[in-house]
Amino acid sequence: MYLITHKEKLSQTITKYVVKAPFIAPKRKAGNFVILRVEEHGERIPITIVDSDAKEGTITLIVQAIGKTTKLLATKNVGDYILDVVGPLGNPTPIENHGAVVCIGGGVGTAEMLPIAKALKKAGNSIYTIIGARSKELIILENEMKEISDKTFITTDDGSYGRKGVVTDQLKDLLDAPLGISAVYAIGPLPMMKFVSLLTKQYDVQTLVSLNAIMVDGTGMCGGCRVTIGGEMKFACVDGPEFDGHQVDFDEMLMRSRSYLAMEKISDELFTHQCQLEK
Amino acid sequence: MKIARQHSIEQEASERKKNFLEVSFGLNEERAFIEAKRCLECKNPICTEGCPVGIDIRSFVQLILQKDYLGAVQKIRETNYLPAICGRVCPQETQCEQVCTMGKKHEPVAIGKLERFVADFELANNLFCPPTISERRDEKVAIVGSGPAGLTCAAELGKLGYQVTIFEALHGIGGVLRYGIPEFRLPKKILDIEAERIQALGVKIYTNFLVGRTATIDELFDEWKFNAIFLGTGAGTPSFMGIPGESLSGVYSANEFLTRINLMKAYSFPEYDTPIRIGQQIAVIGGGNTAMDAVRTAKRLGAERAYLIYRRSREEMPAREEEIHHAEEEGIEFLLLTNPTKILGDKNNWVCGIECLKMELGDSDDSGRRKPVAIKDSEFVIPVQTVIEAVGQKPNPIIQQTTSGLNVGKRGTVVVNDVQQTSREGIFAGGDLTRGGATVILAMGDGKIAAKEIHKYLQAKSKKLEEQFTATTIAEPVLA
Repeated sequence: MYLITHKEKLSQTITKYVVKAPFIAPKRKAGNFVILRVEEHGERIPITIVDSDAKEGTITLIVQAIGKTTKLLATKNVGDYILDVVGPLGNPTPIENHGAVVCIGGGVGTAEMLPIAKALKKAGNSIYTIIGARSKELIILENEMKEISDKTFITTDDGSYGRKGVVTDQLKDLLDAPLGISAVYAIGPLPMMKFVSLLTKQYDVQTLVSLNAIMVDGTGMCGGCRVTIGGEMKFACVDGPEFDGHQVDFDEMLMRSRSYLAMEKISDELFTHQCQLEK
Repeated sequence: MKIARQHSIEQEASERKKNFLEVSFGLNEERAFIEAKRCLECKNPICTEGCPVGIDIRSFVQLILQKDYLGAVQKIRETNYLPAICGRVCPQETQCEQVCTMGKKHEPVAIGKLERFVADFELANNLFCPPTISERRDEKVAIVGSGPAGLTCAAELGKLGYQVTIFEALHGIGGVLRYGIPEFRLPKKILDIEAERIQALGVKIYTNFLVGRTATIDELFDEWKFNAIFLGTGAGTPSFMGIPGESLSGVYSANEFLTRINLMKAYSFPEYDTPIRIGQQIAVIGGGNTAMDAVRTAKRLGAERAYLIYRRSREEMPAREEEIHHAEEEGIEFLLLTNPTKILGDKNNWVCGIECLKMELGDSDDSGRRKPVAIKDSEFVIPVQTVIEAVGQKPNPIIQQTTSGLNVGKRGTVVVNDVQQTSREGIFAGGDLTRGGATVILAMGDGKIAAKEIHKYLQAKSKKLEEQFTATTIAEPVLA
């Protein structure tokens, strides 16, 4: 049982949780994730660890409520427990001093980018950050990212905040400018990571993306998270979750990630319906 | 000897293929008694030698004849702490029963079914009493993985009075017994009860703890102060055939499929949140016990046609005869001497068929079995919407990758000597992690040997410490 010690709404649908996990907290590195199960009947879902406090024995998770499990989690409050949390899983992000790097966070992906950007800054890089979302409401962690970035850019699809457009518009400008960008880290929705990778390939700039694949155990046991990287089958949980964006078969992954859409909808509708009845 | 071997009472195939209740209810008291009578009480009971954990079979069978069923199960528990599990899933036909003298002319004594009978008797009548532990010891032993090897090793060391802690990565304990073996062969309740009994020995269990990540082996020694470690992390990483179409939706490794069903109860979706999608026609590739479990599970989930595709003939199938037989009874369609070459997908990227080649048997290969050879131009397509690959597993790699000085074999297995010692002092290993995919009872046998060896190792170490201590205390006055 893992106690929620702090809860904070970052937007209408995105919530920050601080969870007591004394064995995980001191071991976690940027890029690691946990698998959690909220309740007995729940499924196991992977969530990136955004921050940790070894002294307090806590980890920070930022989760967007989009389906049944994440909505169920959102009903939990400080003092409540999450049934299972296992980790830290996955390989830590390889951090080196590239010189100048671009860190791109799309939507809730910004939360996953934050610890990586922090680590890159600490390693001596100049950080150019792009935060992208559909609209202003979904932009999170702007101040936190600004604090560690040399320059921060915002893009929204609807133009409600920052530049109207997508992250690749801004990225192209940065790659064209004489900034000496030598690496790009991108975390966000699959199509975003795909188009970032397609663009950086033209500029021959190395690109790391984080793949949030369908996963059951997260320890290399189910093979559900298999992705094709450079023509080879890899398991996102133990070989990743980060991979060279130029090698990822994004189209295949996009199709696989839709495997359970119909069932996810059933779960979600049942849950939302029930919630409204309770109100 | 005219008495025929007694058979278990089983659910009718037509009924059981629609539910997840146990297929076999085992022997009743009357049948168990008759069956026990068939034992010849051999002077030299070779059945015990055929048992990887060395159960005193003759004695426990004789206790059944005296109607001392509790005595019988206690006799078993002296050497095997999981009798209700073993009585259900052990391949007795290739072990104790294979060497049974009665089997030379007639059918062998149904030793496994007798084991299950007494274990179930004890359970049903709530007669279990934990053994008294004569001596509590200070040494701490970590067991990594709560599958059959780990549970057995923990039980043996617990009985000896050691401070034993099991670390399990999943949220439920039992390893393959929980995520792999379906409810209809091994009810989770049986597993829960036998695991509780191990905890009653003072064994602690941490779930959600992935050794290698949550804490490394070195940290278990240095920070957690464990004196010895047993690795029983199994062979959980699934292999794939490497044919086109394996990334389509609707393609599962048997591990994923069975984990969704057994560990996550996906068969109760949406009551449970983990989904599974099963087509009207499904195909399982493979011929082992895992393949049988997967195909019979798929049938129970409502598949109208469930195919088992195996590239050799029925003779070469590695699955237990009883499981093959049960599968046939349940209407599983066996496509033998058939090798899949391609999984076909529809426009939505879902599986819609599987293309196969007909095979024939050629010369023997390294495994001593005749090698399947493709028949030219024999391609054919079967319409299926789900494909489950049960073509073997490899050891989980995390511990090997995060532990220095551990000798690892070609297929990722941890190398051990004949007493389950690894290349690093104080680290022992067993089960599928060292074998690369075998049976529950062999894993248990390894766990037992390792426990004995860990005991020896810790005894020797404490003796050495004692000697050193005495040496220094004697030396002191001289130095002064």
